[in-house]
Amino acid sequence: MPDVWHYQMVAAVLFMIGIMGVLVRRNVIVMFMCIELMLNAANLSLIAFSRLWGNLDGQIFVFMVIIVAAVEVAVGLAIIIALVRNRDTVNIEESSLLKW
Amino acid sequence: MTFGEIVHLVINEQNLFIFFSTVAILSALGVVLNLSNTVYAALSLVVSMLALAGLFVMLNAEFVGVLQVMIYAGAIVVLFLFVVMLLNLRGGEMAADRQPFLKLVGAGIVIAATVKLTSLLGAARSNPSGIQKDWMPVGPEFGSVRDIGLVLYTDYLLLFQVSGILLLAGIVAAVILAKQKVD
Amino acid sequence: MEFDLSKIPITLFIFSLIVGLFSPIMTWVERKQSALMQDRIGANRAEILGIRAIGLLHPVADVIKMITKEDTFPLGGSKFLHNIAPMIAAIPALISFAVIPYGGHYQAWGADWTLVVADLDYGVLYLLAIGSIAAYGSIIAGWAANNNWGLLGSIRVSAQMISYEVCMGISVVGLFMVFGTLKMTDMGIAQQETFRVLGFVEHLGWAQAGTAWVDFVKLPMWGIFLQPLGFFMFMTALIAENKRPPFDVPEGESELVAGYFIEYSGMKFGLFFMAEWIEVVVIAGLMTAMFLGGWSVPYIPDATLVEFFRGGVGVNMANVFAMIIHVLIFFTKVISMIFFLQLIRWSLPRFRYDQVMDLGWKILLPLSIANVAVTGLIMLLVKEVTG
Repeated sequence: MPDVWHYQMVAAVLFMIGIMGVLVRRNVIVMFMCIELMLNAANLSLIAFSRLWGNLDGQIFVFMVIIVAAVEVAVGLAIIIALVRNRDTVNIEESSLLKW
Repeated sequence: MTFGEIVHLVINEQNLFIFFSTVAILSALGVVLNLSNTVYAALSLVVSMLALAGLFVMLNAEFVGVLQVMIYAGAIVVLFLFVVMLLNLRGGEMAADRQPFLKLVGAGIVIAATVKLTSLLGAARSNPSGIQKDWMPVGPEFGSVRDIGLVLYTDYLLLFQVSGILLLAGIVAAVILAKQKVD
Repeated sequence: MEFDLSKIPITLFIFSLIVGLFSPIMTWVERKQSALMQDRIGANRAEILGIRAIGLLHPVADVIKMITKEDTFPLGGSKFLHNIAPMIAAIPALISFAVIPYGGHYQAWGADWTLVVADLDYGVLYLLAIGSIAAYGSIIAGWAANNNWGLLGSIRVSAQMISYEVCMGISVVGLFMVFGTLKMTDMGIAQQETFRVLGFVEHLGWAQAGTAWVDFVKLPMWGIFLQPLGFFMFMTALIAENKRPPFDVPEGESELVAGYFIEYSGMKFGLFFMAEWIEVVVIAGLMTAMFLGGWSVPYIPDATLVEFFRGGVGVNMANVFAMIIHVLIFFTKVISMIFFLQLIRWSLPRFRYDQVMDLGWKILLPLSIANVAVTGLIMLLVKEVTG
């Protein structure tokens, strides 16, 4: 029977995959998807602990995370569309004017 | 041996956990390692989300699991696909890699951190004085729509209303950002 | 976590019933009803040994044709996605019938029968979730075809699905508030009650409490009477989700030459149509279970019906009789609902794409939010007045 630490391990691995995607990939849309992956990993962790303690607060947090993710995706994708319109690329390294 | 027992032999909690977590991790890797096409990455993301929804349901979070399917898989990733198709980004990363060595180092660090993190979690699991490992016993109502609603509309009412304002702000921001200037 | 797996054979039976029976018959209904409405004769050519059976053999001929047809594959498309897209389109349509109850709860010979495959606590949410996944089949199909018409079709599908999911979800919130549940069987049970339509005149002082003509006008507590606006908005959103005319812009023949399934042939093409027709049945079943009283006979609660038969045939057979009557009633309602949906499909011309978006975002969404607010106000008023 899987216990709470097994779920935490899965969440940790998923989170790390998300971090790796943000570090390694340079396609804005894929980086954005990896951020979603990290949010999902955090959700899994919250829900596993919520079940462990028999307390619903964790699930409410996940509810809020999902709402924030929805807003974030709407705004983020609008930014990406604006980026592609202006620079005609989704490669983040080509929009590095503000980077020193 | 009845039909039900045979099914239980294959479909039990352990096998389901292994199945869902393997699918989630492999398809998450698919998002990152798929260099050829963004659409494939988005589809891998959907599979990962659905597997995670399965894990949520296993953890008695049925309502959140359904929300995960409805909002993440049904709306967010569809929006991703919509944008990818609208921009018609066939082909992969257009420009050549600027710093491939740095990326390899980054990937190596992340893999090392993953190994360390999982081993730490494993150590925490076998630590007898750590937090409890056994699930607290919960009733069948745990995680049902009614229970979530009772908590959400009493203890977290302010949070709920603020999230409504956040959604409104998000809609306005998205419309303004994506609006094409017609001159 | 416990799994109740003893129902798997029943589930398979119902799936095969719906797939094997409804989907081919729907192709016949589509042809015959359109012919009826347009004053034509309709499909009557297919025959076996001279038996034409009012065109009922046409589905058989269709299936034989589709299975034996050559399976084409577009150049430069994605083969894997091209192959799985029809399955992804068909699976949500198949599994969504699982939560729709087609009968109540019966006890006979010591066994409990509840005529629903999965009596989920969050049944309606499950249907909404499945409905939102159903978009993937069409999106993938259009993209994998490496065809501009297909790509346009999938862009339209994704935009339309996202838009109408929003008002679909919000338009039934009023119903959830009235019945106080998301469980489909509980909704069915709640709809067996009746309410006095003219009850409010007593509280306005226009009639004495207990006046006969006030008590006489009673309506069954069906969703359509409690939430008339919700009924029509939900149905509109469902038709739009199903991509049937008048909302068939993603596949509009005259502009996109079939849209997202442009490159499909044979049974893969057939799967898309099968999914669409099963969805029509699911929509009819859903509307029946949520708005048209489900399996119940109007004005006669389940217990009364069982009681009626009990004197003659004993309690076990009385339950069986009630079950048969309820299932027949449910499917009668479903079939009349399908007839109504087909009536809409053959009456209205296709909307333009911007009209579809306007209807979703500028009319249905504000109306459904207003519906929630008004429902809440009325419920508060009723609670205040009746105590």
